[in-house]
Formats: sequence, structure tokens, C-alpha cells
Amino acid sequence: MPTFWIMITVLALAAAGFVVGRSQAVRAVSGNTRLLHSRPNYYGWNVALFTALPPLLLLLIWVLAQPAIVARAVEDHIPAEAIADNESRSLLMADVQRSATELGRAVSAGTLTEAEAAALTPLDKAAFDRLAKAGAKVSDTPHVLAAAQDYRSINKTAARLLTGLALALALGGMALALSRTVPEFRARNVVEQVVRGVLILCSLIAIATTVGIVLSLVFESYNFFRLYPWQDFFFGTEWTPSFGGGSKLGILPLLWGTLYISVIALLVAVPIGLFAAVYMSEYASQRVRSIVKPAIEVLAGIPTIVYGLFALVTVGPLIRDWLAMPLGLGNSASSVMTAGLVMGMMLIPFVSSLSDDIINAVPQSLRDGSLALGSTPSETIRQVVLPAALPGIVGAVLLAASRAIGETMIVVLGAGAMARISPNPFEAMTTITVKIVGQLTGDNDFASPETLVAFALGLTLFVITLGLNVFALYIVRKYREQYE
Amino acid sequence: MNDMYLAERAVDTQARPIKFKCSDVQVWYGDKHAIKDVSVDLEDKTVTAFIGPSGCGKSTFLRCLNRMNDTIPVAKVTGRMLLDGDDIYDRRVDPVQLRARVGMVFQKPNPFPKSIYDNVAYGPKIHGLARNKAELDVVVEKALRGAALWDEVKDRLQETGTGLSGGQQQRLCIARAVATAPEVLLMDEPCSALDPIATAQVEELIDELRETFSVVIVTHSMQQAARVSQKTAFFHLGNLVEYGSTDDIFTRPQDPRTESYISGRIG
Repeated sequence: MPTFWIMITVLALAAAGFVVGRSQAVRAVSGNTRLLHSRPNYYGWNVALFTALPPLLLLLIWVLAQPAIVARAVEDHIPAEAIADNESRSLLMADVQRSATELGRAVSAGTLTEAEAAALTPLDKAAFDRLAKAGAKVSDTPHVLAAAQDYRSINKTAARLLTGLALALALGGMALALSRTVPEFRARNVVEQVVRGVLILCSLIAIATTVGIVLSLVFESYNFFRLYPWQDFFFGTEWTPSFGGGSKLGILPLLWGTLYISVIALLVAVPIGLFAAVYMSEYASQRVRSIVKPAIEVLAGIPTIVYGLFALVTVGPLIRDWLAMPLGLGNSASSVMTAGLVMGMMLIPFVSSLSDDIINAVPQSLRDGSLALGSTPSETIRQVVLPAALPGIVGAVLLAASRAIGETMIVVLGAGAMARISPNPFEAMTTITVKIVGQLTGDNDFASPETLVAFALGLTLFVITLGLNVFALYIVRKYREQYE
Repeated sequence: MNDMYLAERAVDTQARPIKFKCSDVQVWYGDKHAIKDVSVDLEDKTVTAFIGPSGCGKSTFLRCLNRMNDTIPVAKVTGRMLLDGDDIYDRRVDPVQLRARVGMVFQKPNPFPKSIYDNVAYGPKIHGLARNKAELDVVVEKALRGAALWDEVKDRLQETGTGLSGGQQQRLCIARAVATAPEVLLMDEPCSALDPIATAQVEELIDELRETFSVVIVTHSMQQAARVSQKTAFFHLGNLVEYGSTDDIFTRPQDPRTESYISGRIG
């Protein structure tokens, strides 16, 4: 039975188990459910969980483990001299798998009978002619064919074994759970423990993903640093990758571009966002606020690629024609200034929305206290409200900063792809993220420093943004403690 | 203790100049008529207590005296309220200036998240009451002494004001209001969040403040009104039912509603 149908069967059994378990519990107390330890549904869930979880767990492990085990078993057919190195081993195994799949398809299409497929040899010209006519590409190398046939038979046995085991586990689990379904049984506690397990599992998945990402970055970065000296990477001021060799892969020009653009973006976003937040929370009437706030938040919903287009088509040429050229500072439409300005616009809703929430969280009693001392609304905001909200606002700004540092699309389209260190904001520069994309797109050799450098760049970026996020969280937490 | 205070005050009943003269004051919160036709004259250098059941409008009326109701968009105030003869609801009056003359202490202590020193120095700095740091130090010390807090905090003026105990916080708020040198001090249930010991300290303080300011206090506790005030106004359902010397209100109430309230039958 295919895996999918095993799953459906198990789930159907679980559903049946729920109904049976529940009614058995209710019947045991002749309908007076107050005599049960738990509510009737918990007895149903208990049976359903015991029916479904063991076979599903088995299925998961089986599906993950089967390919490797079968491949190991089949490898015996392949002579050692056919395997030159690791690469051709995996190629050969792919051939075996494909041949096995094609044979299976030929059998189900009626081109071959099951017995013919099992007994097929490379010498059987007639059978191979029929296969070729049907479009089935079965390898005629003797050891590959033998391995493919073995592969099929093992897989078939395995599938039968799996079906039997899974159904046995399901029925066994159901029987066990039903035998325990008596009024005194603490079904709720059991179910709640399972639910807690699920909750823990979900949070572990998030953590495991982070760990996995970091590990893959660290591993590939390690490979990179074996091929390229770390001093040249961290302190090199030149970025000239060439796949022919002799690349210079210094991170400094990219770091400079990243920080320069982020700083401009924050210089735009922080004052505008903060003032918008002050207006919305302190001066705007309820009606105005209910319109303006969502309108600003629309900005946050625009995909960054659209911002990038805006930078490329509108802002870039505008800055070149009205600022850079008249000032004699260059004639490039892509510039740090363009990317920074547009990214700043993108960040406005982050800053304003978070700051607005934070300013609103400052207790009204502080404003009243200040106003009652005869201070003006503006003195109240500057000297009482903003200082009280400052830690939260700093947190918001740092979150915006880590967004800015990680941003890619706006930079590609707005600032270009030239890696250089220059103080002139009207020149094209580029960032770490853009170069990561650049080094990994295309048909590259994954063992060269030119490709692996992307992981080292990614790791550096990760460390920078992680540091900012941790700092932001620390500050936000400190703020939270203040009014509790 | 109650009797002692009453006895003490018997000496002290001569009429004083009028500080606040209010006539025909009406307050609406949207459609709700919160204050109806209230006319009352508040005396200078006197503690006046506003008592009455919850929702009777006493806090609303108090907040009219320094126009704190302006911060509530739906509130509307009519009638005349004269502070030293000038209408505080006149269009030429800036509520900011008014509030510098009529300070306020709130129900819940609300120190700013600044140091103790900066909390007290906040008002004087804004109003330019000190020309330099030395003068400011003097003002702060005087206000903290006035609020009977100096001895407890003089060694930790730079610590944050929110770290003080509830009673200390409330006295810090009083010091903050006193430092601004107002003429009238409004107190909206200043002891309702405090324990009995802190309450006693604040009440003692209120009695001392009477030397310098005209104090108006809203309270739910009739014992407190009897202990600290010279004049008492009883509010009920938005009306000023009875106003007179505290002795008279508590011993010879004219209105049956006042009598029911102070004897605990309504409210």
C-alpha cells in the first residue's frame, strides 16, 4: 500500500477510535458524564492519539531511513572498479533508481509482466526493444540492471512490511487505549501531555531551524577560510572576484556600502517616523488617527522590489538630474543616496508604528501630571513622554536598522552593484546582501572561494543583525519592566 | 483624634478672602450633564474638602478649577469661575499659565521616570523660577522639606522617583506641585492609594500647606474631610447640595441628603 493510503487508513482508524472511545466512556457511566474523571471528548482523543501517533511516527522514520538503507543493500551488485570516486557512485545510484522506476512503470503499463521484469537480462533483446518502443529507458549495463531489479524487490518487500507494521501499530494502540478507557482513567492528563509535547516540538522546530542555518553558514564559511586567508577577507579593501582565479575578496567595500546606505535610510526614517508617531499619538484626534495610521502602515505592505522599481525609475534619475549633476558630484542614476532615501521611506512605517504604540503605552497620568504643573503640551512630550518612551523607541530604531542592513532588492535597483569605498553619496556602491546574490547566481563551482565567500558574507551579516536584534530586545525588555 | 482637630479649629473660623468664585457652573460630558448649576466660593489659605458618593461630580468640578478637563475632547464647561476676580475660562486665558497658578496632585502617585531631584526641579525649570543650579537646589530642597520628604531622600536625590514607596511617591508629587509655587493646590483623592501611615503623613502635610496655599481636596473618606478641612462641600448627582464650615456639615447638616450621606445611609 502506498504511504499516502497508509496515512489515510491510519487517520480513518483514529477517527473511528475517537467515536468508539468516547461512546465507551459515556456508556461506562450510563450517560452520567459527571462520573467520568475527564470530559468525554478526552477519552475519544486519547484513543485517537494512541491509534494515530505510533504508526505516523513509524512512517516518518521509515520514509527518512529507507532510501539510505536500500541503497546500501543494492550497492553490493556494483563492482568496486565501476566506482571511480564519490561522484560517479552517486551518478550510478541515480541510474539504478531511474531504471527501477522505469521498470515499475513498464510493468504497470503492461509492456512487461512482473515475472519478465524480475528476470530481465541485458541479453533479452526482444524485451529491450519493447521497452524502448514504450519509451522506458532501462539501463542495459549488467550490474546496474541487476541492482535495479534488486532495488525494486527490496522496496516492494519494504512497502509490504511497512503497511503491515503500521496497521498493526494502529490497531494495537487502539486496543490498548480502549482497554484503558474506564471512568477512573485520567484521559485529560494524558491528552494534555501529548498536546504539551506538540507545543514543545513546535518551538523546537524554530530553534532547530536557526541552529541549522547557523551551522550551514559556519560550515561553508570554514571551507571558505581554508581556501582564502581571513585577514584578506576581513581587512581587504578590494572586491574583484574572478572565477579564473586571483580574486580579491575584501569585505570592507561591501561593509562600507551596507553601513552607508543603512545610515542614510535611518536618517530619513527615524525623524520622519518619530514625528509622525508623535503627531498620531499626541496631537491627532481619534478620527484622524484611525485614518492616518493604517495609511502609513500600507507602506509596510509594499513589496521591497516595488520600492526598488521606484528607486530605479523615479528617485534615481531625479537625484541625478537635480542634485548630483548640478553639484558636479557624478552622473550615476544608481547611488547610495537613491537607495538610502527609498529604503528610508520603506522603514518609516516600522519606526512610526512601533513608536506610536510605545508612546501610547506611556501612562496618561504622566501627561496629566506634567500638564497640571503648567507645562505646555510640547514640553510635556519632549521632557516627559519621549524620555519615558525612549528605550522602546531605541528598540524600534534598532529593529529598523537590522531591516535596513538585510535589505537587498532596493539596493540592487537603487545603488547598483559597484563595490567601492567612497565618501560621495551620489556614487554607485553596493552591499553585502547584493554580493551574496551575485556570487551564488549562475552556474558556479561550489568548491571555489568565489562562491563560498557568499557564506562568509552571510555569516558576517547574520552576526551584525543578530547583535542588533539582541541589543534591541534587551532594551525593549528593560523598558517593559519600567511600568509594571 | 477627630475631636481634637475639631476643637483646634474652633479657634480658626474667621472669614478669609475669597480665592475662587464660581457661579452657575455646568459641565457636560457629551450628553451627560455632570455638574449642574454649581456656585461656590473657595477661601484662600483654607482646606476645602469636596465629599460625596462616587460619580457625584466632585472630581469633575475639581478638574474644572485648573482646566484639566480641556484634555477631554467631549467635556464642555459653562458658567463663571473667577480666580482672584479673573475668569479662568476667558478666551484670553492660557490654560498653561493657569495651571502654573493652580497646581494639582492626582489620585495615583505619578512621579516622572526621572530622578527625585529632576521630578521636583521639573516645574521650576519650566517656569524659570531659578536662575542657576544653586537657586534650583534651594527650591528643590524647600519643596521637599515642605512635603516632609527631605530627610528621607536627601541622600539619594539622583535615584529614580519611581523607586520610592507609594506614600513617598505621593509626597514627591506634592513636592513637585509645591515647587512650582502655585496659589491653589488641588488634590484628587490624594490618599486613596496609600496605606494608613502614609495617609497620616500626607494629611499632616496638607494641614501645613494651608499656611501657604489654598487647598482643595476631593476625598471619599469623611473622616479625612473632618480631619483636614475647614470648609466642606457635599456633592450629590452633579449638584452642590450643601457647603459650609466642616463643623457645621458634620454636626448640623441642613439638608437631609447630607445627613444621610455622612451618617452612612447613602453613597
